[in-house]
Amino acid sequence: MSTPNLVIPAPREITTEPRRSDKVFRGVVTAGGLSSLLILGLIAVFLGYRGFEVLRQEGFGFITNSDWSITTDDAGNVTQSQFGLAAMLVGTILCAVVAVVIAVPISIFSALFLNFYSPNWLKKFLIAIIDMMAAFPSILFGIWGFLVLMPSVEYWAKLIHRYLGFIPIFDMQVPVFTRSPFVAGVVLAIMIIPIITSVSREVFAQAPLDRIQAAYALGATRWAMIKAVVIPYGRSGVIGGAMLGLGRAMGETVAVFTVLNIVFQVNWHVLLGAGGNVASLIILKFGDASPYEIKALMAAGLVLFLLTLLVNASANFIVKRTGKSGR
Amino acid sequence: MTTITPTPQKPWRASKRERSFDFAILIGGFLASYLLVALTPMKGKLAYFALFFISYALLTAVLKGLTRGSAAAKDALVSSLVVVGAVVTVIPIGSILLTVLQKGLPGISFGLFTHDMALATPTDPLANGGLLHAITGTLTLVALALIMSVPIGILTALYLTEIKGRFTGPIRFLVQAMSGVPSIVAGLFILSAVLYPITKAYSGFMGALALTILMIPTIARTSEEVLNLIPNDLREAGTALGGTQWRTVAMIVLPAAKSGLVTAIILGVARIAGETAPILLLTGGGDKVNPNAFNGPMGSLPYYIWKSFNAGSPEAITRAWAGLLVLLGIVLILFTSARFLGTRKISR
Repeated sequence: MSTPNLVIPAPREITTEPRRSDKVFRGVVTAGGLSSLLILGLIAVFLGYRGFEVLRQEGFGFITNSDWSITTDDAGNVTQSQFGLAAMLVGTILCAVVAVVIAVPISIFSALFLNFYSPNWLKKFLIAIIDMMAAFPSILFGIWGFLVLMPSVEYWAKLIHRYLGFIPIFDMQVPVFTRSPFVAGVVLAIMIIPIITSVSREVFAQAPLDRIQAAYALGATRWAMIKAVVIPYGRSGVIGGAMLGLGRAMGETVAVFTVLNIVFQVNWHVLLGAGGNVASLIILKFGDASPYEIKALMAAGLVLFLLTLLVNASANFIVKRTGKSGR
Repeated sequence: MTTITPTPQKPWRASKRERSFDFAILIGGFLASYLLVALTPMKGKLAYFALFFISYALLTAVLKGLTRGSAAAKDALVSSLVVVGAVVTVIPIGSILLTVLQKGLPGISFGLFTHDMALATPTDPLANGGLLHAITGTLTLVALALIMSVPIGILTALYLTEIKGRFTGPIRFLVQAMSGVPSIVAGLFILSAVLYPITKAYSGFMGALALTILMIPTIARTSEEVLNLIPNDLREAGTALGGTQWRTVAMIVLPAAKSGLVTAIILGVARIAGETAPILLLTGGGDKVNPNAFNGPMGSLPYYIWKSFNAGSPEAITRAWAGLLVLLGIVLILFTSARFLGTRKISR
């Protein structure tokens, strides 16, 4: 008997080299992933390219002057122009800071309520409607703020002026309360409360349960527990959330344009009805802008873009640090 | 011999005495707010509301402080503050919904959905004209933005969850930064990069391009969260069966995450449906139904609301509120369906 010829298969080559289909897949997905880099880069490049002429002309004055004027002769040639963003930048920061100062305490309290005080059914319901509010269109906040909210806010502004008028930023010479940065700030605060609330709520919910139980076991009241465990744990997360809200408040266009009286003059008095906002400036001047003025608006857009990028980057940095510390 | 069965005690429950104290404080708070409003120049519903909260908080804090010490007093004070925070958060939502319903409903009629504003001026009575052009325009813009942003958004999420390559950290940061780009900047970018050098005319497509930029980060971030929820076992099972990564992702991961991805897309649509600033810069906002997104100005709901509101006549303002009601209705329907799909995904 002869044994049948054994066919010994040649050892297959083992490789970690991905197949061609996988190479294509990885290439496509990586390209898609890098598109965000591409888009952000293109935004900076194109706005910079269009605004370059104006930026070179105005130099550093573009962010320190506060005039915005352009004169053209009959043929449409620019005879004299002066572009400065100082008033708008101050106004943007003022409105956004008012918004954050109002929104942060309210958001922290409501996030604490949702996590540690509310019964479960109410919690689910409130989370649903607060998330829903974050999806409301901004033009809705603008019109509602103008027609419904402004009368009450003006009244509060008068109260603040009467009783806290000795503080410089609440002081003013001419009592004009309508359409002030304060009103815009309140509208923006209402817009960013849902954002800060949901960020804070998520951070607070991650506070370690064993430490919470330990605090209770040592006889802490609910507030003592929150002060000892939850707040140290969630502090930088809340700051990050507030920065995100700040970024949103700085870039808001339509809602601010609807309620704010735009004046090209640096104004630090929160309650006075004269303010500015870079984004609203763009909408205000775009309609009848000459090509040269459009370039100035592009440069203004670039400044706004860089400003929000900076705020968002620091928010990201702060939130990231939460993940590492305190755990 | 009688057995004594001790009655079960519930020491954590509020005793009768404590409950009567709570009730007394509630009454006291009402009385104090009423008296303060009557005796001082403060007026209005808001004054009642604020004073009631303040006096209630102070009264509970004082009582707790007297009976159980300062720690309990602080605790009581914070409990009231926390409730105030939640109430203040919810009031604007209620007020907005109520105002839109109240002012928008008179402007809603059947004709609104069958006519456009081509033959009507802002001062015409409400029976003339409608917002058909705005609704079709918004739908066209959203559809175009969807076609462009969904592939990019989901590919970005896939890169972050499936490939996890060298750029994961930077891309996650860039997507975050992109979600903070002001909408007006996106509009200016399309204006400078596409409209001026290439097409030189307003059209719906330009608006859709700007909306795409705003929509990508929302879709990418929500999809990333959804894809992270898919258990790794599924991916390993796919690889163990000899599937390449491409087959595993396409046949296993994406189908498993389907409802979550739909949620992500719906949230993206809800984010951009009411976006106004780039629309004002780019679409030109016509008054006629324009089925061609690549040619000619295109109306949309935000533009219609903006234009009517700025026209200022009473009819135009009513039109603006009706438009807001329709827009809010669309956003709420989208949002509710996203939530519905989202909760179903978790329960499975």
